[in-house]
Amino acid sequence: MAVTDPTQIDTAPDADEIARLRTRRLEKFGKYALPLIVMALAIWFWDRIVVWNEIPHYILPGPGRVWDTLVTDWAILFDAAKLTAKTTILALIFAVIGGAGLAILFNQSKMVEMSFYPYAVILQVTPVVSIAPLIFIYVESKTAGMLLCAWIVAFFPVLSSTTLGLNSVDHNLRDLFRIYGATRWQRLTMLQLPSALPYFLGGLKIAGGLSLIGAVVAELVAGTGGVGAGLAMRIQEAGYRLNIARMFAALSMIAAMGVFLFAALSIVSHLLLRKWHESALSRES
Amino acid sequence: MSATDPLMNAPQPAPVVSSISERPGLLSLRGVDKVFNGDVVALKDLNLDVRQGDFMSLLGPSGCGKSTALRIISDLLHPTRGSVEWAGGHSQNDLGVVFQEPTLMPWATVAKNVYLPFRLQGKSYASVKDEILEALKLVGLEKFQNAYPRELSGGMKMRVSIARAMVTRPRLILMDEPFAALDEITRFKLNNDLLELKAKINCTVIFVTHSVFESVFLSDRIVVMAARPGRVLREVQVDAPYPRDEVFRTSAEYAAHCRAASDALHEAMGG
Repeated sequence: MAVTDPTQIDTAPDADEIARLRTRRLEKFGKYALPLIVMALAIWFWDRIVVWNEIPHYILPGPGRVWDTLVTDWAILFDAAKLTAKTTILALIFAVIGGAGLAILFNQSKMVEMSFYPYAVILQVTPVVSIAPLIFIYVESKTAGMLLCAWIVAFFPVLSSTTLGLNSVDHNLRDLFRIYGATRWQRLTMLQLPSALPYFLGGLKIAGGLSLIGAVVAELVAGTGGVGAGLAMRIQEAGYRLNIARMFAALSMIAAMGVFLFAALSIVSHLLLRKWHESALSRES
Repeated sequence: MSATDPLMNAPQPAPVVSSISERPGLLSLRGVDKVFNGDVVALKDLNLDVRQGDFMSLLGPSGCGKSTALRIISDLLHPTRGSVEWAGGHSQNDLGVVFQEPTLMPWATVAKNVYLPFRLQGKSYASVKDEILEALKLVGLEKFQNAYPRELSGGMKMRVSIARAMVTRPRLILMDEPFAALDEITRFKLNNDLLELKAKINCTVIFVTHSVFESVFLSDRIVVMAARPGRVLREVQVDAPYPRDEVFRTSAEYAAHCRAASDALHEAMGG
């Protein structure tokens, strides 16, 4: 019998649907597998270049040697990583407080914004490598100097994106708040800050990467002494000793830290926005 | 032509609706002018007497100052000349507003969106929970109180917006082309529900629209406005009794009123 009862409709997927499902499965698999395959190939190719051309390890060590160094020098490198991570995270925290704080201040007073925003831009566009030596002349504490360097690089994206967010409030909602006689504080906390949240989180993700860059630059300029050596110092020091394998090992740790930071901030962002913001929605169809 | 209504010169006969003029006054605009940038005359000598229980539509072509009038009534704009007088004074609780867009806070649930007017008054959620639920029940969304706006359809979002406007039981609800962006089926349904709702909570509505059909179906007073400068051309009264339903929507009486309003609108557009 043909299907005549509407409750008995054959819901088996047609050819189109099957093809689409297969593409989606492949894409999901490829998203994780392809980068890993590329990485494995690159490492294998690196190894072959070193072996085929008999390149000495003080010019280019093979991946195996870098891995061995990572294992044997783990104690030194891990201590260095802890220091770099501390600078990075503290700088990021201050960048959030400073960037968001300034954005709110600027938003509350047009006069303050007009007076100081150009200087925030100047601070941002001046390369930190060129400011850093001066900072270490005037700031006595190495830790404070490094934090300041990293902060200068990292605060601006938080400031500019939060400012944009605070100004991107739905006009009708703003009118509605006025009609209901909302106070300035109510408007800020109930309307502007939630509206700015997605923008702020976008700035935060950029600031995370930048604070790591700032921390590395600061370490290179600051040198050792007093506070111990971070990963960037270890790279420089290993370079002087032609310990290229340790340079690669330290570099891979910095890269891993950057990836970890970005992933962590992306997860935070997703958790905060997943219920309501377009960027965190998965399309149903 | 039987001009039985002194306010009205439309070609269709329209008997006097005595009950409207007997209603107590709520709000009046006296000689309101609004000039923008020194030379754009948005409103010229606008006089309106809004009475308690009115369903008043402001009908007119774009640029006739309908929305400007609403903004002046809601105190978002100050008139250049003239005054807005509330009978017996007024407070923020007297007003509910529905915009053309649902204008919901996307980060808040339906219930929290409806809570907003109370929240801005400093009331705790627990103390007004019953009012919020009641408002959601009136617009038929009590099951969606924990949903986020993005999960709702356009019509449902508009219902939330209406619930928010009426949750404080204001004396006056201003609606600025609230259904213009909706499809016709949803719009008819919301028109019906809005009338039911108004009857239940017994408020006054000023409704801005550029749809003749919508204004006739909903209102008992249609204020037809003309543009450049924005001014009141005349008032058309719709004396059909409430409740109005789908039968009214297809009646000859409805058609006659539409004709009257439409003629007035043509005149407003210089036709």
